[in-house]
Amino acid sequence: MTWLSRPASATQVTHGARLWLYALAVLVMAFLVLPTLIVIPMSFSASQYLEFPPKHLSLRWYETYFHSAAWMQATATSVKAGVLTSLVATPLGTMAAYGLFSARLRWARLVSPVLLAPIIVPVILVGIGVFYAYVKLKLVNSLFGLVLAHSMLALPLVLVVVTAALRSYDFAQEQAARSLGASRPRAFMLVTLPQIRFAVVSAAVLAFLTSFDEVVVAMFISGGDNATLTRAMFDALRDQIDPTIAAISTVMIVISSTLVILAQVFGKRH
Amino acid sequence: MTGPHAPAPNVLALKRDALTERLTLFSLSLPALALVVIIMVVPVVWLFWLSAFADDGSLSLVNYQRLVIQPSYGRILLATFEISALCTGICVLLGYPLAYILSQLSPRTAGLCMMGVLMPFWTSILVRTYAWLVLLQRHGLVNDWGISLGLWDKPLTLVYNFSGTLIGLIHIMLPFLVLPLYGSMRAINADYLRAAANLGASPTRAFWAVFFPLSLPGLLAGSLIVFILCLGAYVTPEMLGGGKVIMVANAIATDIQMFFNWGAASALGVVLLLLTGLVLWIAARLARLDEVFGGHGT
Repeated sequence: MTWLSRPASATQVTHGARLWLYALAVLVMAFLVLPTLIVIPMSFSASQYLEFPPKHLSLRWYETYFHSAAWMQATATSVKAGVLTSLVATPLGTMAAYGLFSARLRWARLVSPVLLAPIIVPVILVGIGVFYAYVKLKLVNSLFGLVLAHSMLALPLVLVVVTAALRSYDFAQEQAARSLGASRPRAFMLVTLPQIRFAVVSAAVLAFLTSFDEVVVAMFISGGDNATLTRAMFDALRDQIDPTIAAISTVMIVISSTLVILAQVFGKRH
Repeated sequence: MTGPHAPAPNVLALKRDALTERLTLFSLSLPALALVVIIMVVPVVWLFWLSAFADDGSLSLVNYQRLVIQPSYGRILLATFEISALCTGICVLLGYPLAYILSQLSPRTAGLCMMGVLMPFWTSILVRTYAWLVLLQRHGLVNDWGISLGLWDKPLTLVYNFSGTLIGLIHIMLPFLVLPLYGSMRAINADYLRAAANLGASPTRAFWAVFFPLSLPGLLAGSLIVFILCLGAYVTPEMLGGGKVIMVANAIATDIQMFFNWGAASALGVVLLLLTGLVLWIAARLARLDEVFGGHGT
């Protein structure tokens, strides 16, 4: 009996009968993954125009990137904003997740939708709203304002990830610690936090990426010395297809994938 | 001795203690709440307020009248709906088979494939849009390969137009459909299908009569999320549309950046938010939203 005529599922359909389905799934997967990855070899092209496969390899676009003060400053701003966003959104989101989950107040359920709203409200509306407020508060083009806005955008993700971890956490452990005399903060820090630490780390990574990859809000409220990398890229791409962007994209892909894989690996061990 | 109905004195004290405890716990969410309210809720409400005033500062509905009277705004709303509906439809056609196959793999293999679905999810939208710009341009990879394979003769205009925007949007939205759909398919008990097969249903019949209806909540939730996100799309039409595809978000940004017309932009923003709310309300009736949004994560 070959693989083709073997049953593939509970309904006895054979692998052969649904080969077309496998082919379609592979094509869709390719559509999802390949376009992003194809930028990587292209970024090593020596030619003025982007080609695939590149005829001659070179690092000229990386040199342009790393030797440009403007690009480097934008990269530094993005990394700073990402780290600070992670540092603000992770504790705030974890506190909120823990508080709302364990308070079990009926009207606490009204708070969760407000905290989840930033992923639902169209980001363009958040962008112009924050821009309008920041003009009044003189926070436009400031790193502080950018971090506040990005932290707000990252909060829902932290909340969702940490709440999911708390759901599968056995609160009897914390109660045991408290009945043995630990205060609530102490019981949380010594017993609960270590158990949900992988979720908290993933949440921190997601918060960083939310800020690092964010375009629309940054377009309105970041600029000057504090323009983010995405804002600078957006401006550059409006004029022409600059091959330097391929090099920058590759760097961004490497950063994002490394962080996501790390988060997954940590999450798996949980 | 106290009567059977009068509570013991320490019961009240315990109740009060429990309430204080709960309120203290609840107060942990206040910093997060303050952040969202100050940075998002207040500014957005402010925009609502702005949209109700004419340029001369008088209270009026002129900003909303313009949306109805000026045909350009009608076209923008129509185009937004058209692209969103088309994108959602194609995402369903592409995403359903993928989620189906993924849900039938062993959890280990499926987890690996899910990384492939998640990877573009966490790559900057700018990077992905840039990739399409490069691939779809006049002498880009898609045109080169299409011509050398003899599929078409002259380079097609694939980007800076409607088709480019649509391709880019589908690429960005597909994971949002696949994730909740995959989750709901995984939860389907294979015994139902076995029972159907046992009772004589052909594989096709078992799929349509048993599997498909059970996967519908995930499919509906996923497509409504995709539809909502499409309605608010900005970056993709801006970069791949070449000025020819103007969706609501692009019109809002132009009103602010070029014309400094806060009233018009706010009114359009209010309409966008209400539309989003409406779709979301429908979605909430069909599936639990936290499951939709919590489908990814760790």
